Amino acid sequence: MKKNQTQEQAVVKPALFDRVFKPRTVTLPNGHTVQKPVSRAPFIAAAVIAIVLISARMTGFDFRILIERGNQLGYIIGRIFHPDWSYFRGLWVEADRGNTMKLMNALLDTIKMSIMGSMIGATLALPVAVLASTNINRNRGVVWFLRILLMVIRTLPTLIIAKFASLIFGLGTYAGTVAIIVFTFGIVAKMMYESIETIDMGAFEATESFGANKFQSFWSACMPQILPTYLSYCLYSLEMNIRAAAILGYVGAGGLGILINEVIGWRDYESLGAILLALFVVVFIIENTSETLRKRLS
Amino acid sequence: MAKTKNLLNTDRPLTIEEAYAARPRLWWLYTLIVLIIAALLGWSGSAVSYKGLATKGVEIARGIGNGLLHPDASLLFNLTSEGVPYQLLQTVAIAVLGTLIGGVLAIPFSFLACDKIVPKWVALIFRAIILGIRTIPSLVWALVWIRVTGPNAFCGVVTESVCSIGMICKMYINAIEDVDTRILESLDAAGCNSFQKIRCGMLPQIIPNFISTVIYRFDINVKDATTLGIVGAGGIGAALIQCMNSSRWSMVGAYLFGLVVLMIFIEIFSTRVRNRLARG
Repeated sequence: MKKNQTQEQAVVKPALFDRVFKPRTVTLPNGHTVQKPVSRAPFIAAAVIAIVLISARMTGFDFRILIERGNQLGYIIGRIFHPDWSYFRGLWVEADRGNTMKLMNALLDTIKMSIMGSMIGATLALPVAVLASTNINRNRGVVWFLRILLMVIRTLPTLIIAKFASLIFGLGTYAGTVAIIVFTFGIVAKMMYESIETIDMGAFEATESFGANKFQSFWSACMPQILPTYLSYCLYSLEMNIRAAAILGYVGAGGLGILINEVIGWRDYESLGAILLALFVVVFIIENTSETLRKRLS
Repeated sequence: MAKTKNLLNTDRPLTIEEAYAARPRLWWLYTLIVLIIAALLGWSGSAVSYKGLATKGVEIARGIGNGLLHPDASLLFNLTSEGVPYQLLQTVAIAVLGTLIGGVLAIPFSFLACDKIVPKWVALIFRAIILGIRTIPSLVWALVWIRVTGPNAFCGVVTESVCSIGMICKMYINAIEDVDTRILESLDAAGCNSFQKIRCGMLPQIIPNFISTVIYRFDINVKDATTLGIVGAGGIGAALIQCMNSSRWSMVGAYLFGLVVLMIFIEIFSTRVRNRLARG
């Protein structure tokens, strides 16, 4: 076996590049000859420059706009980083409840959407992931069908799914939840089948040889192995979903996005700063909690 | 070290029955987890109540299904700026430029945010800046940049280059921190000057990591470019959302079909290149 491999390596053909541009032969002082391949750097650089130029033309890239109107950005960013504190004042001043309650409700909607979506999506993902892993499901056709389906689902941007959902189910949190379910399903199922394929199948075979059926042996031999990974993927997807859910409102799927869209429409960047600050606090808390939990799990 | 006690605190080996009887019982933990999950579900369920389909929901769902099954073939192979190929190419162009600019901008940021190289307080300031950039969602960045550049593909490019900095920096910093500094010492001993040390000691270690990061981010950016198109930042997203708003489902189907094919192609490409880089 090993001998075969070395032979194969010896007769391996040089890359196409080296056959077109012949390597230079250098004779060393001790009489040996070595081949120095022609440097590929100029070719790669030329390709990169060509791609950049074409892209710049296609996108209408123009530095002059940036220089002329760059101060506009500085102005907006400056206003975002001076958040409108009155947005939070309603937490303790009875009279200012309006905006605060709106913000709190949107924030809670976002969190609820992502928790619900993550849970349902991750639950649906587990059986599909089992069916899509080659070491448990011997049926190649089903495996490849599920994998391609998952791949297609993952390529669809969440915002597009949310737009579809809001057209079908009407505006509101339900559409957002559907979008998050689809997104979580695609990503968790993919990560799960990849890790199911790396587990130790010895215990599975042992339980099967005792007469357990496939489901029983999977439940008792494989579940304990994949459960920690599964839970940590669920938490990871929750982290991503909070960020994603915050912008789904832009297409009318509920949550903070609606507020963000509203205040940007009014060019009320101080309020935008306040909303982003609230979002940041929530994301920070949830990410840290989930990171601690994930560390405990591994 | 003292001899470890077994489950029953005896020194003799346990029989199978005893070991089974003394198996760890974590039912309270399981109950707690189930209770927490049930509570979360109940709490979040309050916001996500099903209110039935939209008034035209069924009709729209049928339209979408129809459009996806019968994509507009004339649009798929149309080479003008309306057609799918041009829109896809523009999306890729946005992602390429955005990723490249982001990747280049991230280099000084990540060196300045790495506390192995600069004093702690400088690193802290730059980490705060990177965090600030990352906190603002890319959609909001796009909406802000639109005020500067107007709703076109150029807006997508600048948005992506700013948004990429956050994640790219994080991975660059890891790569820089992993650099094996003993090589620099041995180059020092061999009498190399600073430039030679960087050229032969540092760059070969970090460049594969950097390129791998940039390609990974390119993968994400193509997807993001589609999303940004929805707010008007050019690319296929803009065309897609226009068709969706005017219920031209067969055109939606064509754009989505092109998008899926492109994304799968790019994912395969990026995974292969990164695998080759990782193996050296």
